[in-house]
Amino acid sequence: MANAEVVLLDFWPSPFGMRVRIALAEKGIKYEYKEEDLQNKSALLLQMNPVHKKIPVLIHNGKPVAESLIAVQYIDEAWKDKAPLLPSDPYLRAQAKFWADFVDKKIYALGRKIWATKGEEQEAAKKEFIESLKLMEGKLGEKPYFGGESFGYVDVVLVPFYSWFYAYEVFGNFSIEAECPKLIQWAKRCSEKESVLKSLPDHKKVHGFVLELKKRLGIE
Amino acid sequence: MEDKVILLDFWSSSYAMRVRIALEEKGIQYEAREQNLVDKSPLLVDMNPIHKMIPVLIHNGKPTCESLVIVEYIDQVWNDRSPLLPSDPYQRSQARFWADYIDKKIYTNGKKLWREKGEKQEEVKREFIAGLRALEGELGEKVYFGGERIGFVDVALVPISSWFYSFEKCGNFSIEKECPKIVAWVKRCMQKKSVSKSLPDPQKIYGYVLQLKQKLGID
Repeated sequence: MANAEVVLLDFWPSPFGMRVRIALAEKGIKYEYKEEDLQNKSALLLQMNPVHKKIPVLIHNGKPVAESLIAVQYIDEAWKDKAPLLPSDPYLRAQAKFWADFVDKKIYALGRKIWATKGEEQEAAKKEFIESLKLMEGKLGEKPYFGGESFGYVDVVLVPFYSWFYAYEVFGNFSIEAECPKLIQWAKRCSEKESVLKSLPDHKKVHGFVLELKKRLGIE
Repeated sequence: MEDKVILLDFWSSSYAMRVRIALEEKGIQYEAREQNLVDKSPLLVDMNPIHKMIPVLIHNGKPTCESLVIVEYIDQVWNDRSPLLPSDPYQRSQARFWADYIDKKIYTNGKKLWREKGEKQEEVKREFIAGLRALEGELGEKVYFGGERIGFVDVALVPISSWFYSFEKCGNFSIEKECPKIVAWVKRCMQKKSVSKSLPDPQKIYGYVLQLKQKLGID
């Protein structure tokens, strides 16, 4: 079966999973999507990622690649003839990897604090979150994408969080667009691409998911 | 035009040691500039405005930050000798996976190990040892993680071995007893000039840890 060659173990609201979905779509790769129940992990997931037991896991011809950034780089290298995500110049590649690392260090962790905490801790997280997005706006400059004229690695790495912005705004009681209009413009531009449209869930659905998650974790 | 390579460095940083080893493996001439991390230089702040941390590699005036990103950059630019990453995309992904694992499980726990006490320290020790044991499994019967030659994962891991003596003294345990294969692998790596030149004396690190503990008011 052709599409059993590529399997993605994923969880629909995961921004990390979305990165891999987008990369696969950009390259036009047919694959089998398997939704995991993270409260009841499948034997396949435990077998394919015994070290971390987390999604996303990309399985190519039976061989697993875990960690979203590593999977996206793998996709870019294994299917290198189409829609390159990373630049070929070593210095520009290093810059792209630096900013992907920045997104991982800042955006996810701070975003989580915005919906999971209150009071001073939440205010501090909101402040740092906006500062981080502003740094990224600075990096984007006047370019249409972080990749320049075409959609690239840093765009793939950051845009999934756009589906979580509505949830952050509701729980954090602030407007990301008011603070970072250029970044929202960039996100909307990305969302016009089919690969992104197909891969990001509806932001109200994400908000609903976070509400349930908070209840389950006993967070008000 | 000759390449000008500068490394903004700090002698005890395992992250900086990774870059030193990579540069030595490739036989690259470079200038190491020891940084003052308390009173940061204008050059450091200018070259790494986002994190203001070392290591920073400055190649012909252009800065690259984050140790693993720098090592991959070095591997790509000087790609005509001593390859650190394999050429096969799947094997590259596995090397990156284990380097990431080393950052998450070994380096992060290492940083906490000498600062913590009591039950918290025991927990960190357990995670640290479990991490090294997982790496022993990955090493298997190979000479190096990279196979017959040292590779990306070896470069990522070996620097923390200069801190092993300090972890053992502060944590009251023997890493050799818990993870003999890792210690044997460290000894093999230390026979390579690129590694032995780049790692400081573990006793010097321990002296530094004692100073830090005093400064931070930790027992």
